[in-house]
Amino acid sequence: MIQLQHIERVFMVGEEEVHALRDVNMAAEAGEYIAIMGPSGSGKSSLLNILGLLDRPDSGSYELDGTLVSNLDEKQQAAIRMHKIGFVFQFFHLVPRLSAFDNVALPLVLSGVKPDERQTRVSAALAAFGLSNRARHRPDQLSGGQRQRVAIARATIMQPSVILADEPTGNLDRSSGIEVAEILEELNHQGMTLIMVTHDPEMGKRSRRQVLMVDGRIEGRTREDRGQ
Amino acid sequence: MLPQDFFRYTVKSVAAQRLRSFLTATGIAVGIGAVVLLTSLGEGLQQFVLAEFTQFGTNLISINPGKVTTHGISGALISNVRPLTIEDARILKNIPQIIDTVSVVQGNGAIESGGRQRRTTIYGVDASAARVWRFEIAAGQFLPDDPPRAARSFVVLGSKVRQELFGSSQALGTRVRIGGELFRVIGAMESKGQLLGFDLDDSVYIPTSKAMALFNRDSLMEINLLHSAGSSSTSVAEQVKKVLVARHGSEDFSITTQEKMLEVLGGVLGTLTFAVGAIGGISLLVGGVGILTIMSIAVNERTGEIGLLRAMGVERSQILALFLGEAVVLAAIGGLAGLGLGVGGSWLCSLLIPALPAHTSWSYAAAAELLAVVVGLLAGVLPARRAAALHPVEALRAE
Ligand SMILES: Nc1ncnc2c1ncn2[C@@H]1O[C@H](COP(=O)(O)OP(=O)(O)OP(=O)(O)O)[C@@H](O)[C@H]1O
Ligand SMILES: [Mg+2]
Repeated sequence: MIQLQHIERVFMVGEEEVHALRDVNMAAEAGEYIAIMGPSGSGKSSLLNILGLLDRPDSGSYELDGTLVSNLDEKQQAAIRMHKIGFVFQFFHLVPRLSAFDNVALPLVLSGVKPDERQTRVSAALAAFGLSNRARHRPDQLSGGQRQRVAIARATIMQPSVILADEPTGNLDRSSGIEVAEILEELNHQGMTLIMVTHDPEMGKRSRRQVLMVDGRIEGRTREDRGQ
Repeated sequence: MLPQDFFRYTVKSVAAQRLRSFLTATGIAVGIGAVVLLTSLGEGLQQFVLAEFTQFGTNLISINPGKVTTHGISGALISNVRPLTIEDARILKNIPQIIDTVSVVQGNGAIESGGRQRRTTIYGVDASAARVWRFEIAAGQFLPDDPPRAARSFVVLGSKVRQELFGSSQALGTRVRIGGELFRVIGAMESKGQLLGFDLDDSVYIPTSKAMALFNRDSLMEINLLHSAGSSSTSVAEQVKKVLVARHGSEDFSITTQEKMLEVLGGVLGTLTFAVGAIGGISLLVGGVGILTIMSIAVNERTGEIGLLRAMGVERSQILALFLGEAVVLAAIGGLAGLGLGVGGSWLCSLLIPALPAHTSWSYAAAAELLAVVVGLLAGVLPARRAAALHPVEALRAE
């Protein structure tokens, strides 16, 4: 489903070249649950940005669902982001002036879904995430865990095939972190591919497969089964 | 994105910063208000002024002693100005196009009747004044056409003076004392209202020669001429000048035709219009700069939101449209408030000056609102382009 080949990403910092990604090759099947781990600055976020079509590699190819997406233009990439990819961020990125309901509805609004259909879909999503009684609350009236649940509801309201989460539990306490992880895993069970960046080895262990990055390279693959 | 959702999103963004948006829109509101006021009153003001200055009749020419040039009164005035006299007026009447003349002397004085006294403006005029100035007599008659040397001591009262001195009792035929001399009341005027702040009803009219004696003058302050409707005021003015120069030896007087007076007033109005227009223009400019500033701040504050929108599949062009939309909404709100200010202002003006017709045409209102929108668009371009140019990864990192 996902096929990365020879991905290079180089940033220029002044005169100096910073290799954020070096010859990255990676494949993921539909429905997989992958944790990307590694020390700070090893290129985890850079990789996720490429996967999410937020950034373009300097070289290499990226195939998603059989399409060579690295060659698509800006407009076509935007359409793929809208319909196939859901993002979950460390700092939630909720729109502060919008209610939980409106934040979750935002992708539907942006893609032109009609209000009555929005109403049913968003209500169902909020109910599924235990947020029905928080629909009218603004983000600053919600706890961190609730905010991240709103963010996940928003990321999945379009039924994407991939969820990309960059340290989704990094800003939460232990219990809400586990709660959020469980929600993401439940979505994975339902068939969405889940790729999650995390610093936390405990979180990493929950995944079926870990990808370790060091200095822009993928170091080797660790396959672990839960409970093992 | 559905159009109504686009609209809701931009309005919500503007509404989220109530105070800031209000202050920003104010600049536009003042600008549009000034423009609307101007267009509402502009035409009415011209008509109003014309009506004010022709209410004493048209085809008037006035002659004053002293030569007024563009630099003021020339030095010749002091040495050898010959005063204007009743005799001058009499001679001028011989010019065929001149229907009548009024010799005018004016001053302030007390008028008393019984126990009551009132200070008013006293005009010394001829019998012809009623016709030249289109006076309406409420009771009795205007001054009779006595020869200047044998003028009888008659007085015609302005409506306010009559009311103050006599109230509801009979004024006609009674004697009043003006500057120590007794005058018989032979007429009372209809109310005339005000002319540029002068209360025309608070005055009395006595024969010119009597007024000259009263104020101890041996010359006139002004001669008014009424010329026939068909004749041109400039050619009449030329003839008047020729006659007077022949009599005085030099041009030691000024002739003002009504047209010239209206021209000067038109100039004043033009300046006024320009000033209000300039205030409007500057306000719009300031409002535009305000929108530019506020939108730039908004783009900075909402960089994370822009990154999020991009991640959710919004294209650059749509980001541009969203922020342009916000700038336009701000300006449009300011524009609507400005329409309110302008219409309210012109309504207030017409309330204070009833004769001043104010009329806001819908097409002008629509044009003014369009102007506000254009200002918003122009002001929004720079910040919106900056928002659209942001790299999504950079933008997401900002929060
Ligand atoms: N826009 C950029 N400009 C310059 N250098 C960058 C940029 N983005 C990333 N880098 C560099 O690329 C490298 C990888 O960065 P990246 O953010 O992918 O690391 P990370 O593994 O996500 O780190 P962390 O765990 O701290 O989030 C780092 O050395 C970083 O300094
Ligand atoms: Mg990172």
